[in-house]
Amino acid sequence: MKKFDFCDGLVAPLDRANVDTDAIIPKQFLKSIKRSGFGQNLFDEWRYLDHGEPGMDATRRKINPDFILNLPRYRGAQVLLARANFGCGSSREHAPWALQDYGFQVIIAPSFADIFFNNCFKIGLLPIVLDASNVDQLFREVEATEGYRLLVNLQDQSVATPGDESFLFDIDPFRKHSLLNGLDEIGLTLQHADKIKAFEEKRRAAQPWLFA
Amino acid sequence: MQTLYDKLWQSHVVHEESDKPDGMTLLYIDRHLVHEVTSPQAFEGLKLAGRKPWRLNSILAVADHNVPTTRRDHGISDPTSRLQVETLDQNCEELGITEFRMNDLRQGIVHVIGPEQGATLPGMTVVCGDSHTSTHGAFACLAFGIGTSEVEHVLATQCLLMKRAKTMQVAVEGELGHGLTAKDIALAIIGEIGTAGGTGYAIEFAGSAIRALSMEGRMTLCNMAIEAGARAGMVAVDDTTVEYLRGRPFAPKGDLWEKAVAYWRTLKSDEGASFDKTLSLDAAKVKPQVTWGTSPEMVTTIDGRVPDPSQITDIVKRHDMERALKYMGLAPNTPISEIRPDKIFIGSCTNARIEDLRTAAEVVKGRHIAANIKLAMVVPGSGLVKYQAEQEGLDKIFRDAGFEWREPGCSMCLAMNDDRLESGERCASTSNRNFEGRQGPGGRTHLVSPAMAAAAAVAGHFVDIREIY
Repeated sequence: MKKFDFCDGLVAPLDRANVDTDAIIPKQFLKSIKRSGFGQNLFDEWRYLDHGEPGMDATRRKINPDFILNLPRYRGAQVLLARANFGCGSSREHAPWALQDYGFQVIIAPSFADIFFNNCFKIGLLPIVLDASNVDQLFREVEATEGYRLLVNLQDQSVATPGDESFLFDIDPFRKHSLLNGLDEIGLTLQHADKIKAFEEKRRAAQPWLFA
Repeated sequence: MQTLYDKLWQSHVVHEESDKPDGMTLLYIDRHLVHEVTSPQAFEGLKLAGRKPWRLNSILAVADHNVPTTRRDHGISDPTSRLQVETLDQNCEELGITEFRMNDLRQGIVHVIGPEQGATLPGMTVVCGDSHTSTHGAFACLAFGIGTSEVEHVLATQCLLMKRAKTMQVAVEGELGHGLTAKDIALAIIGEIGTAGGTGYAIEFAGSAIRALSMEGRMTLCNMAIEAGARAGMVAVDDTTVEYLRGRPFAPKGDLWEKAVAYWRTLKSDEGASFDKTLSLDAAKVKPQVTWGTSPEMVTTIDGRVPDPSQITDIVKRHDMERALKYMGLAPNTPISEIRPDKIFIGSCTNARIEDLRTAAEVVKGRHIAANIKLAMVVPGSGLVKYQAEQEGLDKIFRDAGFEWREPGCSMCLAMNDDRLESGERCASTSNRNFEGRQGPGGRTHLVSPAMAAAAAVAGHFVDIREIY
């Protein structure tokens, strides 16, 4: 997993609620058997005017000039500011892969869908939940200020604005530790292999039909 | 006193990372269902790390998302889809994983075949790289969708790192009206609590209306729990559960069956157990549901109208509604019964089981699809559902009515194969998501029950099932 400690990044605002994973990365790109290369198709149906299919050359496609990520002022954004229930819908990890591959390191929203939220941590993409009123304020500031950046510090669990205002966020201590150190969760779990085996043996004795 | 969720959780705890109740917990996984779309990167990761699957007989694999629903003998024409299915075949063969291949009679949608085979059993933790894994909760399982990194984690360790969810009970009491189904209950609940209403919760569906549902109906309901934001939905074990499982290929036999049933009967919330949240719904008041927008919470009843954004004060909500109506090509205040679909899709892990096909067939029997319907298709949930339906003559009823009778798979629920809507086309669909582009770029989806989809096919517009059935 990619290590995450802090990010001083340009912010892009995506002002709509319930952004689903079908919108983040449409299904035709899920046919890939690779883990990389999804960034050019992030928000494909909103970002381009033509219909995208796997294997197309993105540089030759018709860009939708009105889509927020296509505005020159948001090019190279690393922090995505979003609305409630971001990432709802399917469990496709391709959605966080596409966001990360595009260049995002942090997503800030008042709430996230459970599976998406969980998937982000597995790849070192940091989802941050802030109060809706704070998110509202950030939307106003980013829209009013070209080149608006936020400083996200995982150690301190803080998001600092250019006006030196700071918002604190919650994160599970285990997840924080894993992110800060870029730990391999499978490796960590396998350290408990004896416990898993012992649990399994007990279960096999009590409910043998589960092991047929 | 424990809720069903508490019991399921507690019986699977291997290790706790912290002594706090909301800390990360290592949870044991009994059943791992695998399909072609979310697994290739997990198998690759496993190989690169030099790891092997922890317990092969916990895994059951099937290709469902990419498979064609016509002319299987011609194989898969799209090379990227074909490669993905072949990759699954290859991984399963190399590692010795049980897989139902495309031309196996038992092949079908992963959430249909798990229960059908008895591979989903009460008390299990069931995971799959697919959000609709919540379906299996109908069997008093703790079942939820996972991402690809977690697929690899389960393959390698038989465990997952999880945080305990909060509990919600949705009690549906009373009797459903004639022609009403579990799908209408599901959409009514989502209309009430919204697509994020269940976020952070595991929902237990309870009450007399739920106990009266068949296993097919309970699966429909738990399937849609994720559309309410809840990663897991569940229903307690009763006679209906036990009778459904009796004799299924993967279900225990003989003495073990008796022993298993005795345990399964304990899988219900204790009397007086407390939930973090409760909600109740009067089944008698549920009306046929039709979605009008681009999120399952954008739903109303058949006698309703498309809402008017100008009446909404919340700005974010108003903009979302305006955007949805523009995408859907609908004017505010249009009566739902005046909306005319171009296509009809009866299928998906929500509504492609035998009972769904029977109800739809009953509606179209002796009738014909309306002139404005360009395509009406039935995609059974599995080869065995298809076979059973053919034994009952349902295929003939559908064909005579002008429907196409297809091979099993996910099909136009998410349009990863060739079955899709063209831009601007409107579909009455028994699937679970009406997101923009879900059934094809620019396609417009209205979620309904199988009976309502069948009725719309015949009438050429949405119609109240209670009036014709």
